[in-house]
Amino acid sequence: MIDRLKVIKVEAIAELGGISDLTELERWRIHYMGKKGQLTQVLRQLGDLPPEDRRIIGALANEIKRQLEDELAGFKSRIARTTVESKLEKEWIDVTLPGYPVSPGRLHPTTQALREVCSIFTSMGFQWVEGPEVEWEYYNFEALNIFKGHPAYDMWDTLWVDFYNEKGEMPMLLRTHTSPVQIRIMEKTRPPVRVIMPGKVYRYEATDATHESMFYQVEGLAVDKDITFADLKGTLYEFARRLFGEERRVRFRCDYFPFVEPGVEVSIDCLACGGVGCRLCSNTGWIEILGAGMVHPDVLRRVDYDPEVYSGFAFGMGVERISMLRYGIDDIRLFYSNDLRFLNQF
Amino acid sequence: MKASLKWLKDYVNITLPVRQTAEKLTMAGLESEAIEIRGGEWENIIIGQVVALEPHPNADRLQLATVNLKSEQTEQITVVCGAPNLRAGDKVAFARVGAHLIDGHSGQKVELKRVKIRGVASEGMVCSEKELGISDNYEGALILPSDVPVGIPLSDYLGDAVFDLEVTPNRPDCLSIIGIAREIAVLTGQRLELPSPQYIEEGSDIRERITVDITAPELCRRYCASLVEGVTIAPSPLWMQERLLACGMRPINNIVDITNYVMLEYGQPLHAFDCEAVSGRKIIVRRAGEGETITTIDGMRRALTPEMLVIANEKCPVAIAGVMGGADSEVGGITSTVLLESASFLPLNIRRTSASLHLGSEASFRFERGISPELTLPALQRATQLMVELAGGRAAKGIIDVYPDRVERSPITFSASQIEHILGMKVDLEEAKQVLTALGFQCKRVTPSELRVIPPYWRTDVNMVADVVEEISRIMGYDRIPVTMLSSPLPHQQPAPALDIRERLRDLMVGCGFQEIISYSMVSRERAGGIEPIHLANPMNREQEYLRTTLLPNLVASLALNQRHSISATKEENSIRIFEVGKVYLPRDKDLPYEEERLAAVLSGPRAKPSWQHQGITTTKKGYLDFFDAKGVIEEVMRQLTLEAEFKQIPLSSSSGRGDLGEFFHPGRTALVELEGERIGVVGEIHPQLADRFDLLPQTVTLFELEIEKLISYTIQDKRYRSIPRFPEIVRDIAVVVDSDIPAGRIENAIRESPLVVKVTLFDLYSGEPIAKNKKSLAFRVAYQSAERTLTNAEVDEAEQIILKQLSDEVGATLRS
Repeated sequence: MIDRLKVIKVEAIAELGGISDLTELERWRIHYMGKKGQLTQVLRQLGDLPPEDRRIIGALANEIKRQLEDELAGFKSRIARTTVESKLEKEWIDVTLPGYPVSPGRLHPTTQALREVCSIFTSMGFQWVEGPEVEWEYYNFEALNIFKGHPAYDMWDTLWVDFYNEKGEMPMLLRTHTSPVQIRIMEKTRPPVRVIMPGKVYRYEATDATHESMFYQVEGLAVDKDITFADLKGTLYEFARRLFGEERRVRFRCDYFPFVEPGVEVSIDCLACGGVGCRLCSNTGWIEILGAGMVHPDVLRRVDYDPEVYSGFAFGMGVERISMLRYGIDDIRLFYSNDLRFLNQF
Repeated sequence: MKASLKWLKDYVNITLPVRQTAEKLTMAGLESEAIEIRGGEWENIIIGQVVALEPHPNADRLQLATVNLKSEQTEQITVVCGAPNLRAGDKVAFARVGAHLIDGHSGQKVELKRVKIRGVASEGMVCSEKELGISDNYEGALILPSDVPVGIPLSDYLGDAVFDLEVTPNRPDCLSIIGIAREIAVLTGQRLELPSPQYIEEGSDIRERITVDITAPELCRRYCASLVEGVTIAPSPLWMQERLLACGMRPINNIVDITNYVMLEYGQPLHAFDCEAVSGRKIIVRRAGEGETITTIDGMRRALTPEMLVIANEKCPVAIAGVMGGADSEVGGITSTVLLESASFLPLNIRRTSASLHLGSEASFRFERGISPELTLPALQRATQLMVELAGGRAAKGIIDVYPDRVERSPITFSASQIEHILGMKVDLEEAKQVLTALGFQCKRVTPSELRVIPPYWRTDVNMVADVVEEISRIMGYDRIPVTMLSSPLPHQQPAPALDIRERLRDLMVGCGFQEIISYSMVSRERAGGIEPIHLANPMNREQEYLRTTLLPNLVASLALNQRHSISATKEENSIRIFEVGKVYLPRDKDLPYEEERLAAVLSGPRAKPSWQHQGITTTKKGYLDFFDAKGVIEEVMRQLTLEAEFKQIPLSSSSGRGDLGEFFHPGRTALVELEGERIGVVGEIHPQLADRFDLLPQTVTLFELEIEKLISYTIQDKRYRSIPRFPEIVRDIAVVVDSDIPAGRIENAIRESPLVVKVTLFDLYSGEPIAKNKKSLAFRVAYQSAERTLTNAEVDEAEQIILKQLSDEVGATLRS
């Protein structure tokens, strides 16, 4: 009987080696371990044996049964694995097929640049405020020391609104810069003032690659006791390097704007040539990014701030110019002609 | 202002290279826009001396000139030459083979080649002014002064570097060579050497021969004049012509050139009259009479008004003061006595006159910027001197100087702490004093910590402490000012809900797949909308004449533009969703317009872009963006803002009455968007006529426009979280049949009224067999839920029955079997 068991074991294991699928495996299981299986039959005959033999043979039979069951489990998991593997292999996809298109939505490049500029200043405590685009001449000019008849008036070519007051004057215009918002803010609030004032401005100007009749500016103003030119430099230095990169050099040179004194123009070293001189920077090595200065005492007086007590600085910059520099855009007219082939690049 | 380096060197020792000098000027406020090198094209042209002249063996009009080209006389070349004015010993500009010269006939620049002229070889050329590009004269060779060294390049002698400087309107003093030289001197620590005009006066006193009467002293602050007799009108010397050309002025004759030269040198415009034209020997500075006219030197007859100041003789005007002289008194070939004017006119008046006559000149440009009356005299003396020296004139004794109201400049006193207060840096008063003194300020240390200064007369722009501080800092260099961060307290920040919501809307629209556009506020009348939009007095063109009162036309125009761009691919790819957030300008009586922020969008084309998987999806009508896409976007955007918009059908009859609405929208496919009964916008399909006007593709176009400010008051400020339901929901479908004209919204709302209903979704809309004619079937998926317990089927059955009863009563709905 012991021999019989050994034969069964050898045969069963040998037979298992030739099996390749689950159906055959099941047949194999039934053949050896099923109700009428060979091993089962041996086990059934155990009762007929003397107790001595029963114990020895029983132990052997159970041992063989366990071995066969282990073989069976191992075989099953092997088969399962190869089945899954071959299934996965058949399920391959061509990953080089194009992705399904999504409908992209994007912000206008000006909105993006404007937000970027403003967020740098809001992080320095400047609050985002806005003022009207259609303005009184007073706010756009006189309040800012720009008097009719002075040549400085010509620095801004103005679009006038067809409106006459009782005196027969035409006092309404499309603001030529965001600077009038400075006056409106100071008229409404007492120092300390720290604001950033973005918005559309307009010029009576024939359009070409570098001139537009409508564009965006961002104006800034900080007024309090003890604000100095050094603070102006610090703030704008920080801004320029955050916007254009830590490695940029920043230049402050004397310039003239009627509503500041001293006046300053801020430039960065040319992004294209690094300061050697090229077409982009007209061979100067520098690119102007904004105008600034200490708020003129007469401007402060006009809004009832005592210039003996308060001082401050103001600055203004063109927004499109920033995108133009960054992306190498050479024609400002692209911004508001709304060609999606341009807009969806940003 | 163009400034010749050579000329500047007359007054200041320029120690730095040209580019560094330009940089110094730029940093201090005079931006150098370009540096022009004159004579740079004169390569291979050197100064030679004619040592012998012989006739050409084969041509009567030509000569053979032997030219010495080295000072040591080691190199001589014989060339063929046609210049009739050449004499042995003359110093000339000699071009070697390879030089580039302007051809006398064609005007083109050509390279000089080795040639044979009538059988004689010629390796080089004696140049005329035209060939060198100096003037149009090519009758004879350019003869240089005898003291010029032989052998040096011509560019060393006649060449120059010219700064093109942008002079800001506050610095009229820098519209002069001396002014710029002064800046260079101060910036480089050099001394400024000024000309001190001296000349011999002869004959009777000018004051006995000419009288000057200022009858409009409010427009003329000072009038100076001198008289130069016996002048010979001729071209001015070469060096003067060169300098005028370098500074952008055309040489005319010696007298006119001298007035221009001194204007460039000092910044004071001068005018030379032919004294014969000053009849009665009387100069009257007066306002022009009504209807008076003058013919100016440019030959134009000009009508004058009493607003304008003229220089007149007893009969008529001889010049428009400060703007342009009259043709009758112009200095010309027969002039022998010159009356030289150097005056100071009111800037504003010159500006108005020049503007109303559309007549600008170098003179008016300077007067407009405000020139000190103090400058008139030195400039007059300088010009008189030059006329004596260069035009063979004799200066009459004395000078006329009418100066009715001389104003002393008031001193400015400031302390070291005031400078520090502005600059954020301590400045040594002694250093400040040095800088200011160099700039021409009179400085006095009134106390150990205070300086009192009087600005020089030419600095009309310096009037207060801030101005003086700018002078100190710009000369010391802005680089020296330290860099600090703002340390003052942060101001209180005001909430700005309108701004927040506007920016939020931009992001939400982008999230919904829309591309942002920004379009012009100025539009044509057709695109402006509204009844009486803001009109511009001086529009650039008809397309930018009005301010928009709606964003929609620009959006439609943009859609049309982009449809045209993508049409070349396939029409199906042309899926466009664009939006704009911007202002419209609503007129108000006698006030600035109301600037209202709006959000508008347009969408058209296939809902999805074609892809390799969804073949054909875009070819069915179902695949195109329509009204319900727009509505879905609005609903989603509103939800994000905690708002719930209602959409009201416009009764067909009234829609045509609503100005803009009727013009833009399809009356049957348009809804008013409302929040709690207030209209906040409109959404609808484009009116077919408008689509035609813009030549749009024949596919559905949907527009909407919302008023942003109105949203603010309806947003929920204290939004609360809703707990996640603990009990399951039971979902049932209800399909009902109603008359086709019953709005779906009414049915949906009726279902929602049941207290157990938490969600209603329309999932099918059907009409046609087997549904009766004029009827439609709507199928809703309805979710029932309770916050307190798990609902039983019986409870839901009951709720459903109540809903059906309600629907039956309200809209005659029957359950679809």
